[in-house]
Amino acid sequence: MSAPVEETRRFSLPEADRERFASILERYPTRRSAMMPALWMIQDRLGHVPPEAAEWLAGELGVSPAKVREVLSFYTMFRERPQAKHVLQVCRNISCHVMGAREIIAHLEKRLGVRLGEATPDGMFALEGVECLGACGMGPALQIGKHLYEELTPEKVDRLLDSLRKGEPLRPDTDRELEE
Amino acid sequence: MARADCKILSSRFGRRDGHRLDVYRAEGGYTALAKALGGMGRDAVTAAVKDSGLRGRGGAGFPAGVKWGFVPKDAERVFFMVNADESEPGTFKDRYLLDYDPHLVLEGAAISSFAVGADLCFVYIRGEFGWLVERMEQAVAEAYAAGLLGKDILGSGYDLDVVVHKGAGAYICGEETGLINSITGTKGQPSIKPPFPAVSGFLGRPTIVNNVETVAAVPFIVNEGAAAYRAFGTEKSTGTKLWSVSGPVRRPGVYEVPLGIPFREFFAEHLGGMREGEELKAVIMGGSSVPVLTADEAMAVNLDYESLQEAGTMLGSGGMIVIPARCDMVELIQVLMHFYWDESCGQCTPCREGTGWLHKIVRRLRRGEGQAADLDLLEKVCDGMAGLTICPLADAAVMPMRSFLQKFRPEFEALVREPRPAGAATRWPRGEEVPHHA
Repeated sequence: MSAPVEETRRFSLPEADRERFASILERYPTRRSAMMPALWMIQDRLGHVPPEAAEWLAGELGVSPAKVREVLSFYTMFRERPQAKHVLQVCRNISCHVMGAREIIAHLEKRLGVRLGEATPDGMFALEGVECLGACGMGPALQIGKHLYEELTPEKVDRLLDSLRKGEPLRPDTDRELEE
Repeated sequence: MARADCKILSSRFGRRDGHRLDVYRAEGGYTALAKALGGMGRDAVTAAVKDSGLRGRGGAGFPAGVKWGFVPKDAERVFFMVNADESEPGTFKDRYLLDYDPHLVLEGAAISSFAVGADLCFVYIRGEFGWLVERMEQAVAEAYAAGLLGKDILGSGYDLDVVVHKGAGAYICGEETGLINSITGTKGQPSIKPPFPAVSGFLGRPTIVNNVETVAAVPFIVNEGAAAYRAFGTEKSTGTKLWSVSGPVRRPGVYEVPLGIPFREFFAEHLGGMREGEELKAVIMGGSSVPVLTADEAMAVNLDYESLQEAGTMLGSGGMIVIPARCDMVELIQVLMHFYWDESCGQCTPCREGTGWLHKIVRRLRRGEGQAADLDLLEKVCDGMAGLTICPLADAAVMPMRSFLQKFRPEFEALVREPRPAGAATRWPRGEEVPHHA
């Protein structure tokens, strides 16, 4: 995965994000303070923030590329490399641990055939251990994207993995039925 | 007052429609904002919040009105920030407020912003709460469309913009200067105080950072008055508190109760006691960073700031972690020390190195490689961390470490004194790793 960085590679903001970027710059009082929302914008589109995008952003915000990279590397949710299709982030902190996170992690490792911190060779799943997700009363819990799956049991994990493989993900527990 | 009536913050919890602006307004929402802007005025709002005794609900417990009072009167521009970076292990109360009642949070934020003279308010939501970022953005859009945010709010001449800011996974950004630096577009590392943010914060301007639960209490105080708020709680711990409860109790979840009720009563009546087959061993009352209480100690305390302090712990965030008898305390402290080591931002040596050492020493004890001197070494490392860093993260690691070691010392000693006999039934034979904390 260590392809040499092509110096000639250039990033240009996708048309679809122009408006979003303009609105970010409008809402934040300085260009530099637009750093995090702009990184989210790039990552939401590409799944990660490639080096040429970080360099582009540095130019837009008027800071050195190192300042963008230090923010990128400081926060665990920003990714500098392409990710697996489904990144399963399992809470391993105290409340989930008390409620059986260890067994859930062992079950996921067995089912996916990878250890925590690894991805399946087909690029379908990555398994990560993370700190508290704020699901303490509903643990064990894991996060996929912007949602949580809670009160996990080995059976629920199996159903979740099956649903992801089929491309019809189980409805997350945080995606409540809302009255509109 | 009947305890069942105590719904200042949680009246819409669990409902499917509480997040909607029309529902919120039909139930009296935004009348406090109208009252504050329409004649009550900044100073009277601040005075009411001061008189109410409302204390910061994020963990530090500093009186909110007093904090607001630190903003210099002649400040040219002021910022307000709602700290929704809820990341303290065991804590999930702000999540409920953002999920079920985003307009209560927004109304409280708008009134608080008005009181301190801010024209821009950030709601900093932790990145893991992706669905709540969307929920809050939707609420903000609704409020703008209804003239409750933006220019000339409710015809008062007061302008306020609200920006929902998404964090990206860093516990340290819950510390207010870390949060401010994060929004500035730098690493979210805390800054040394003084200057306090109320004097010099975001972009060098006075900045007030308040927890979600703190601002959510403000509409009630404005509408009903400080005395009505003080009618709940004790003399020094006024009002109500959200407790988020985890662990094998019958009914985990988020509860709003007046400050000062006995834990024994809360445990029995609200939580329904332990689940079948579980026995209470210990309780961490205020999020993972406060000293642990044994079951006996817990049963003797009242749930308010002073009682918990007297018992040698803290109310903190109200993240109550109930620990059952089957749990090995050394294993749990390893989980916690891994967390603090992982989340130390790395700028202060005592914290960066100390959290790593605490984790390593506990790990080697559990691997069966510990020596008797390691227990003293743990104490010594704690001595070299507490109170010696820019922010309280080092203390947050030291408080559980010291209290676990002091109150459950035999469990630590058992790991160094003698090897367990071969074949003895133990949950954690020597040499076995906690796989996800190795």
